Amino acid sequence: MNLLININSLVVLDPFALFFLTVILLISFPALVYSLGYLQPKYSGAKLLTTQLTTVAFILSMALLVIVGNALVFLIVWELMTLLSYLLILTDSESDAAVNAASLYIIMTHCGTAFLTAAIFLIYRHSGSFDLPAMAAACQTMSPLLRNTLFFFFLIGFGTKAGVVPLHLWLPYAHPQAPSHISSLMSGVMIKTALYGLIRFVFLVLGISSLWWGITVLTLGIISALIGIIYALMDKQLKRLLAYSSVENIGLILLGIGLAMILTRLNLPGLAALALTAALYHLLNHAVFKGLLFLCAGSVQKGTGTLNLEKLGGLIKTMPWTAGFFLVGAMGISALPPLNGFVSEWLLLQALFTGGQSVPGLPALYLALAAAAIALTGGLTAACFVKAFGITFLALPRSQEAAEAREAPRTMIFGMAFLAAAVVCLGLLGPTVFNVLATVAGSICRAAPPPAAFLSSDLTICFVLALGSGLAIGHFSNGQKVRVGRTWACGYYETGSRNEYTATAFSKPFRIAFSFFLLPFRKTEKVKDSFYHVKSFVYETYTTKIFKEYLYDAGLGLVLRGARFFKRAQAGSIHLYLSYILATLVLLALLVRAF
Amino acid sequence: MQALTVILYLLLAIGLAPLLSGVIARLKNNLRLRAGQSILQPYRNLRKLLGKEEIVPENSSWLFRAAPAIVFAASLTLFLLLRTNSLLSVIFVLALGRFFLALAALDAGSAFGGIGSSREMFLASFVEPAACLVILVLYLAPGPAWSVAHILAGLALLIVVLAETARQPVDNQETHLELTMVHEAMLLDHSGPALALLLLAAQIKQLFWLVLLVSLFVPLTALLPLGAGLLAAALVIALIEVGIAKYRLFKVPDLLVFGSILALLAVAGALLGV
Repeated sequence: MNLLININSLVVLDPFALFFLTVILLISFPALVYSLGYLQPKYSGAKLLTTQLTTVAFILSMALLVIVGNALVFLIVWELMTLLSYLLILTDSESDAAVNAASLYIIMTHCGTAFLTAAIFLIYRHSGSFDLPAMAAACQTMSPLLRNTLFFFFLIGFGTKAGVVPLHLWLPYAHPQAPSHISSLMSGVMIKTALYGLIRFVFLVLGISSLWWGITVLTLGIISALIGIIYALMDKQLKRLLAYSSVENIGLILLGIGLAMILTRLNLPGLAALALTAALYHLLNHAVFKGLLFLCAGSVQKGTGTLNLEKLGGLIKTMPWTAGFFLVGAMGISALPPLNGFVSEWLLLQALFTGGQSVPGLPALYLALAAAAIALTGGLTAACFVKAFGITFLALPRSQEAAEAREAPRTMIFGMAFLAAAVVCLGLLGPTVFNVLATVAGSICRAAPPPAAFLSSDLTICFVLALGSGLAIGHFSNGQKVRVGRTWACGYYETGSRNEYTATAFSKPFRIAFSFFLLPFRKTEKVKDSFYHVKSFVYETYTTKIFKEYLYDAGLGLVLRGARFFKRAQAGSIHLYLSYILATLVLLALLVRAF
Repeated sequence: MQALTVILYLLLAIGLAPLLSGVIARLKNNLRLRAGQSILQPYRNLRKLLGKEEIVPENSSWLFRAAPAIVFAASLTLFLLLRTNSLLSVIFVLALGRFFLALAALDAGSAFGGIGSSREMFLASFVEPAACLVILVLYLAPGPAWSVAHILAGLALLIVVLAETARQPVDNQETHLELTMVHEAMLLDHSGPALALLLLAAQIKQLFWLVLLVSLFVPLTALLPLGAGLLAAALVIALIEVGIAKYRLFKVPDLLVFGSILALLAVAGALLGV
């Protein structure tokens, strides 16, 4: 009988693990500094201490997760990470919304974990060891059916945690409920550990044995990216918008991973390494800018007391630092040169283009379709963040709270500044970062990393661009003749915040264009005090969350109906219950004998 | 030396961009049997605006004043990308200019800016897939050539051009009716040199798109065919603008999706080598 846990292979520090460790620490440090100021007046004493200790334990659990080389320990740490993040979502446990969100989160991720546990134990039956290399060796001799099953189990298990559509349901509830530095850690890092698991177990343990695995992952990526960003565009609660945008970015990363799987299967390891590099680069970038954006959202919430876009506005004047950092994050996430999102999305498109060139026939056309999907997603993302930044920070404040906003304390500004600097650096130092990540991806795809020469020429241009705009701004701020005047309002002069465009109005064209999917509806309510005069008019517009209403609520209804059916067995007699226990034991004993 | 040629090249782009606008406007007028303005009119407009004072809306922030320079720089960068043939970056650089233009429009705090900003981002989302696929065609089958793939890509690109340069049936440059404008609505609160910069940026972008369109069929090094190609493209645009009324906003995505499908067919053509 061999040991379940082999001490020698307990810790794996390969380039891939080190990369993830770096990502985790890169986000954790500023998030922790930020939390010093963020939690301060609201929480105190024991509550503050336990929250901070839980946060540190949560970070350590994530760090541990990516360096263990034993699948059993991986499962244990995975569960630990889930439970700690559950506690952190419950920080404001007196609010019903937090309790509901946390319950949804823990139920969904546990369903996912069940699949992972099943998958890992299925492999264990063949390998007789939980060491990853031994498991990888055992996977090579499995039947195709078993391998396909395992792939699906891993996809569902990790997909739930990552928030892949249609398993994304918990994300927009849980992320906004947690304190902002926790949202930033969860959205920036935690959901990425699921992608770590996916790459680790599918690429390195299971081995890619069919072309359609890659196609499945690529398709899921496209669907997640588009649906995530469409929902983000519709939302007017800042943190929920960011959570939906995380679904989108997970989709883009999955798209890269799927492409790498396809190319690996088609014996193009060099190009697969390029695709995986792009995916890892985007993963790193998303960790950084989404972390930053959540921190900025927390700062807005602290400064104004609301996250409702319709009540914000004009914060660029009262909260200049937060506004500046949010702008950097928004530019990064909208893939604008020369910041980091540009580099990774450029690489993704480049990988698709070169893939399309080398792959024969129909798959190439499918890759072209994927490229078009990325472009559409890019356009929608830019629109979403024009809305998020423009409505929150520009023009006039739309409420008293927004007008009286106060800038965040210094520790919070430091946290945001650190990540904003990372957004800029990861963009400007593209070729260097690319080379590092190419080594990581190369170690996974077992191929020489592709050269990065093609990147630098474009980045030089970005430098010129940055320089040019800098010079032009300098020229203009010198200003020859500038006068402050009124905003043009067709000759009317009393313009105020009620003349401004709202977030709902901004997203209206999209709501109409995607109405086949969003199923929008409106509620209007007129109160008349006479036939001629309308005293008040209420207009509300909603979209239908089709996954929740048609998939989850239907499933939930089935479960409840089933529970009601089985309730008949619960008659209240202790003798009956004892006989149930006996029957279960006998059944289990039979089951064990059968295997 | 190389820096000098780059600067001369960019100056040429800046210098010729208004001329193209003037030519299209003149062609449109002549097609309607009107005398029309001089083809140099855009230059006069720019000179006039550059000499005027700039009025900044009271509710706006530094972003409103920084945006025109960034939009201008982004437009100019397009020509650098054309020169180094790194077309993949085009959609990203376009997005940069558009992002700041849309933000500046919101910054003035009027509903018109909001309308323009929202519509511009809306239409751009549907333009990007088509643009991306056309660039993929150029990547798979570098031009110039008169193949099926290039002709289909040219048609798709023509639709992209109509949307990107605020032409009918997508937008109408000649109207100043606030509720129907898209591009104009975003410029409404800019004035003086800032407005000049934004107009010039739009003209440079227009020249870029038309050069890209012509480059599908004609080598860019041959100046005479290039000029003839640009003139032909200008005529086509003028004919379309005179011949078609503006679409309803929510019908425009149909046109743009049609463009994307044409571009996808072009990719298929390029993959088949026809």
